[in-house]
Amino acid sequence: MIGWLLDAASWLLLAFGSLFCLVGSLGVLRFPDFYTRCHAAGITDTFGAVLILAGLALQGGFSQGVTLKLALVCGFLLLSSPVASHALVKAAHAHGVLVPQPVPDRVSEYPKSETAGDHRSQER
Amino acid sequence: MWVELLLLVLVVLVAVVIARLGDLFAAAMLTGIFSLLCAGLYTIMDAVDVAFTEAAVGAGITTVLFLGALGMTSTAERQQRFRWRPLLVVVLTGGALMWGTSDMPAFGDPAAPIHHHVEPEYLEGAASDIHVANVVTAVLASYRGYDTLGEVTVVFTAAVGVMLLLGRAAGGAARHWRRGADRSLGVSEGAAEPGELRDAPMLMREKPVLRVSVRLLIPFILLFALYVQAHGDFGPGGGFQAGVIFAAGLILFGLIFDPQAVARVFPPAVAETLIAVGVLLYGGTGVATLLLGGKFLDYDEFGLASGQHYGILAVELGVGIAVAATMVRLYFAFSALHPEDVVEPQ
Repeated sequence: MIGWLLDAASWLLLAFGSLFCLVGSLGVLRFPDFYTRCHAAGITDTFGAVLILAGLALQGGFSQGVTLKLALVCGFLLLSSPVASHALVKAAHAHGVLVPQPVPDRVSEYPKSETAGDHRSQER
Repeated sequence: MWVELLLLVLVVLVAVVIARLGDLFAAAMLTGIFSLLCAGLYTIMDAVDVAFTEAAVGAGITTVLFLGALGMTSTAERQQRFRWRPLLVVVLTGGALMWGTSDMPAFGDPAAPIHHHVEPEYLEGAASDIHVANVVTAVLASYRGYDTLGEVTVVFTAAVGVMLLLGRAAGGAARHWRRGADRSLGVSEGAAEPGELRDAPMLMREKPVLRVSVRLLIPFILLFALYVQAHGDFGPGGGFQAGVIFAAGLILFGLIFDPQAVARVFPPAVAETLIAVGVLLYGGTGVATLLLGGKFLDYDEFGLASGQHYGILAVELGVGIAVAATMVRLYFAFSALHPEDVVEPQ
């Protein structure tokens, strides 16, 4: 019973970890600018890696110390990955990578009556 | 199989990108990635000791030294016109090497000569003669101890060479480098392009996240280095890896805080002495076996039961000391910190 539960929990953690890795890599590819991409990469580094390690730790067998070692690796990842992301973003900012401005609101540039009139004329 | 293929394709891609990049700062970072990919390949090929070294040296310290060199010179590659003769030489050499590898036995081929000539003796001997669990350590420090002495001497020679070129330079050149030092290793890389700066250059030690996390990590890095040093008989590790990891801990402190701070704990003069001490410890072990009436580096002279252990321990300690001191001294040289520059705190 306990073995079955451990297996289920481990698979759940592994699945969620892989999901986060997938989402993170998708974000690195699809996000529009450097800073949002760093955010996506950070998800892979921390959430993805930690969940996968936790899943593996449950599979590893407690007697041989594998779980303990993976827990230590987990701790160091949690300490180093966010710091690396932080340093990367700070360095980019200091180097002059621009924080993108919000998408310009083109719609409100048009006079209200004109757009409203266009709509009405199209409706008729 | 597929993982190896993927890693190899990535290695080739990164190599091509490094060659094509004009921004040397990015190229230096990519060499770190290149080394990490190689370390992954070595791990898959079960060469864990080599992977360990590659990750620590290639992805760790070499990148720092590259950045130091860039701080002294320039981060942009000078544009040169295309020259076909060097390309021809490279293509011919590469082609010859590839043609040569086609004669080599396939990886893991049981009929390969290497698996028949000395390897069986080493594999059996490591357990029965040397009494060491890690065969790599037995080969490196005992069977091939003479080769490893040569390798430590190479490290020593490299340190002497760098010190001759950079470390003890005086006069105009040193002043030039010192100017470079302001924007090299001790200081935020953001200061490299003054025209593009958004903020005033901020010293890394003024950034609380870096300061706190590095202070948390460094004791564990140093402890891990000592573990790797002592554990080389039983698992992957040994003097080379331990020395590099120990130096990496100190260099990390220097990167975030100040090379001066490292120099106060580990003065360049002490580092220079320790490089020689490490090599002397290795060579001295060999001389001790000679004086005891045996052959050079034949550790059985220290006692049949555990003489090999004592010998390997002494030799690995020599390697660790020499490598750690060399790495720290190289870092000082590349961060343009000179022995006479070390300032005592007020």
